[in-house]
Amino acid sequence: MEKRVTFRGWLLPLCLIAPQVLVSAIFFFYPAGQAIWQSLFIPDPFGLSMQYVGLGNFEYLLSDPYYRASFVTTAIFSLLVTVVSMVPALFLAVVADRLIKGAGAYRTMLIWPYAVAPAIAGVLWLFMFNTRVGVVSWYLGHLGYDWNHVLNGGEAMGLVVVASAWGRISYNFLFFFAALQAVPKSVIEAAAIDGARFWRRFWTIVLPLLSPTTFFLLVVNVVYAFFETFGVIHTITSGGPQQTTTILVYKVFSDGFVGQDLGSSAAQSVILLVVVGALTIFQFKFVERRVHY
Amino acid sequence: MTHSTQKPRKEPAPGMVEKRGAGLWMTHAIMILGVFVVFFPIWLAFVASTVTQQDIVSPPMPLLPGDQFFANYKEALFSGVNVPVMTMLLNSLVMAIGIAVGKIIISLLSAFAIVYFKFPGKQIFFWLIFLTLMLPVEVRIVPTYEIVAGFGMLNSYGGLIFPLIASATATFLFRQFYMTVPDELAEAARVDGARPMRFFKDILFPMSRTNIAALFVILFIYGWNQYLWPLLITTDPEMNTIVMGIKQMFPSGDDVADWPVIMATSILAMIPPVIVVISMQKLFVRGLVDSEK
Repeated sequence: MEKRVTFRGWLLPLCLIAPQVLVSAIFFFYPAGQAIWQSLFIPDPFGLSMQYVGLGNFEYLLSDPYYRASFVTTAIFSLLVTVVSMVPALFLAVVADRLIKGAGAYRTMLIWPYAVAPAIAGVLWLFMFNTRVGVVSWYLGHLGYDWNHVLNGGEAMGLVVVASAWGRISYNFLFFFAALQAVPKSVIEAAAIDGARFWRRFWTIVLPLLSPTTFFLLVVNVVYAFFETFGVIHTITSGGPQQTTTILVYKVFSDGFVGQDLGSSAAQSVILLVVVGALTIFQFKFVERRVHY
Repeated sequence: MTHSTQKPRKEPAPGMVEKRGAGLWMTHAIMILGVFVVFFPIWLAFVASTVTQQDIVSPPMPLLPGDQFFANYKEALFSGVNVPVMTMLLNSLVMAIGIAVGKIIISLLSAFAIVYFKFPGKQIFFWLIFLTLMLPVEVRIVPTYEIVAGFGMLNSYGGLIFPLIASATATFLFRQFYMTVPDELAEAARVDGARPMRFFKDILFPMSRTNIAALFVILFIYGWNQYLWPLLITTDPEMNTIVMGIKQMFPSGDDVADWPVIMATSILAMIPPVIVVISMQKLFVRGLVDSEK
């Protein structure tokens, strides 16, 4: 795409584009290049010199049971966050769509959690399930269930999933609701005249029409679970117990800053870079298709 | 598909597919229950911020607000745990506005250069900027940290803001928008002998106002909710942002956390983004839909 009408000159446009290029070069390209470069070296124990190891860091990582476990953890975590945030959102959107009046008020109330930072969401959910003072864990205890996410890996995973999915329910609701409002009323009415009941209409007409939105949200939520949930995990579990909630992004942080293993952390960054790249290309291809939809 | 958010809903055929009577009440009941469940964590945090520590550490805590509202919020705002929350709020505000304004300015200018000029190297710059879409700061934290440290920008607003400006989402949004601006406007400006910057200032900028506002809402929340980056580079409590500062308020070891003050801080941390989202709901939904496309 090009404009027919353009202005003359080359100095002015270069000046206009310079701030963005400079910021990108200093804070993006240089660090990204550094990550790739560092991933090929191992610093000695005193940090005085670097030893070139080629792809050694990658080989080590891919054979490291902890790293592989972290991959599996991330996959389970992302899948759960996506499902737990999309299913209730779709349900609420479908119900809200049946309302002629008042849907706006519910929407306003449901938007709130989106504005809450993942780290704050972590604190709120930690408070409810705190083993000592949590309200929910106290009531669970009275029902005979001994909640302890500090020791139980499954419960820890459940808690970080729910805390991460919570704010996303708002986000998914907004998109589903907008998409539902765009479904032509005439189609629904035609089906109703033919005697199709609500759930039949939903499965055979509405859901297929929503598939572009659903697919888009699927990708966006996976990206979110991969990269933006650091705050939730850091506030609630710090990756524990026994690394059961250590997702890949958390491991870059804990190996690089806590463990000071720079070569490994850089190699992990490069692997994540490939993952983001793949997801982005996937998303763009899909967006291209969506335009023609 | 998602464009239809703003479209007024067509008048429904009476009684055909919409629920009435008992069904309508059922629908409202489900929505109210949904809002209640989604809202519960925030409500609980608010209640906790209005009671005494004693009420919380002897569970179950009350579910209705107490009378310690002013005492707790005063303590949080002016004393805090490590640093007054007032200071953290100010830091967050500077960071969020800095990121939003900085990103909007550099993208407005660079999109103008890309769309309205032909200059050597344009394609290269375009693709360089495009690449920055791919890599969230979480992935390149270690090298980015080293650069910011090298510039002596740890514990500074510059260090908080600049690395997060280096992304091209806003540039693409403005590029898309400029492409839809009729060529006749630029042509007329050129015939009138107006210089490029005059065209930008008098025509393009005023036309972009809605897009700028929508983008500001999204970027403000993005900046306000940052966690990992401030956690790394603000070692001085005086520079902590509120979202990352809350985790620092938890005592290490077995001491009991000062829950009322921590929960008051959580509420304070979510108020600014919630106000922005609720008061600019239309713009927000539009910005969300635009920037995710």
